Amino acid sequence: MNAVEIKGLVKTYSSGVKALTGIDLSIQEGDFFALLGPNGAGKSTTIGVLTQLVTKTSGTVKILGHDIDTESVVAKSKLGIVPQEFNFNIFEKVIDIVVQQAGYYSVARVDALKRAEVVLKELDLWEKRDSVSRTLSGGMKRRLMIARALIHEPEVLILDEPTAGVDIELRRGMWDFLSGLNKKGVTILLTTHYLEEAELLCNNIAIIDKGSILVNLPKEDLLSKLEEETYVLEVDKKVDVSKLTCDAKYGKGKVEVRFKQGYSINELMKEIDKQKVVVKSIAPKNNRLEEVFVRLIK
Amino acid sequence: MSTIGLYTLTRKEIQRFMRIWSQTLLPPAITMSLYFLIFGTFIGSQIDDLHGVSYIAFIVPGLVMMSIITNSYSNVSSSFFGSKFQKNIEELLVSPMPNTHVLLGFVAGGVTRGLLVGIIVTIVSLLFTELALSNIFIILAFAILTAVAFSLAGFTNGLFAKKFDDVTIVPTFILTPLTYLGGVFYSIDVLPAIWQKVSLLNPIVYMVSGFRHGFLGFSEIPVWIGLLVLSTFTVAFFLLNLYFLKKGVGLKE
Repeated sequence: MNAVEIKGLVKTYSSGVKALTGIDLSIQEGDFFALLGPNGAGKSTTIGVLTQLVTKTSGTVKILGHDIDTESVVAKSKLGIVPQEFNFNIFEKVIDIVVQQAGYYSVARVDALKRAEVVLKELDLWEKRDSVSRTLSGGMKRRLMIARALIHEPEVLILDEPTAGVDIELRRGMWDFLSGLNKKGVTILLTTHYLEEAELLCNNIAIIDKGSILVNLPKEDLLSKLEEETYVLEVDKKVDVSKLTCDAKYGKGKVEVRFKQGYSINELMKEIDKQKVVVKSIAPKNNRLEEVFVRLIK
Repeated sequence: MSTIGLYTLTRKEIQRFMRIWSQTLLPPAITMSLYFLIFGTFIGSQIDDLHGVSYIAFIVPGLVMMSIITNSYSNVSSSFFGSKFQKNIEELLVSPMPNTHVLLGFVAGGVTRGLLVGIIVTIVSLLFTELALSNIFIILAFAILTAVAFSLAGFTNGLFAKKFDDVTIVPTFILTPLTYLGGVFYSIDVLPAIWQKVSLLNPIVYMVSGFRHGFLGFSEIPVWIGLLVLSTFTVAFFLLNLYFLKKGVGLKE
């Protein structure tokens, strides 16, 4: 069954802005799905419709087979949402925010308190349970929003740019946490500006721009759209690039090489080795997904 | 249908105003003490009895009612708008809680604060005068219905408010004048005939009159008419708010 099924979704705001122009999207149960797009592409509107915070103009949306028009309450109960902006009460304690949210999903207080302990410990917030939310650091606030979204044990988790403004260490911690959650069977829909995040975590990726889906493919298929790749090699001395069989340029102890997919890196290494040059490191120049993304939305 | 969500929201709303009791429960006690002292004791002692009771005994029920109206209304309008402003209203909107429970949860908070302040002000009034007790059931019926009606009206205000000013405009420019002109400080019987008729367009007149009947045993307007007006007002605002919530007025785009 599809965790999320969107057909012909149109959203025109009262200002006349056409945010979504008829999108179709299916996300399978258990998937880790990324919805990418530049600012104003329609990502947040799509999420708004899924969570019923935005009223759609036309089209159908189903969450685990439950239509949001005819089975609104059931559809809502299946979802957990981590919005882009902090939207908890800044005067309330961490534990109260999480336990109240459980209550709104009909989880009895005694059970909610037990669940809160588990979730807050998992997200390293248990020690802060009695702190007023406005006193938390930015990273802790992000984790609080994830804890709040998970307290009713949703089958589908939607995260709208969950790692925006989060430091690298914490971001990696969150990636591990989300991967673990997905392995336990939770379907995850993620929007992000960090394309590395989508490449690392997701199985399927859709790119949205100007209210329509440009591409919706498994990650590998999307990456295979790249015709060329660029790598940077750190070397111990100058390389004569004219003797290499691919496009290359040398400068400041580094060689930048560009080659088409299928090109043998072994060949390249042999050619460099012939010049008695030691390669100290090798790294892709750009995030690969970023290149596909930039090309598609141009 | 589970009522856990309703219980959770009610508990949260009561905790909210109890946490800031110095802003929510204390000010009405101080303000009303001043009313009792100045209008009741200082000025009231110079005024003849009204309907056979001292002036201060006459104004106490009206001032208690004024406190219930103001506090139940402002509790819901400010709490609901605050939730909208901080966007934590989305916690409720994305949840499967039915609109009826969302509305009742906020109203329960407003009613509790309104009645609690009403009790505090009544106790404070006993420092200044003795209170008669004609019919406790009439007192409770008018107090509870008024608190519910104005909590519902406060909810409507919170729904439509786009900035903090919008939450204070209605109490300042509509609610306060209607309350002051609602027979709190005078009996509408003393007004010229034309103003008596105009006063009957003011719903607060019916509430104050009925509530006063519960204490003093007389009223300018029959109690059943007061209850009818109050019930109509309550049902109308309840249905109106549910309609607005269904349509997402002030909440959804």
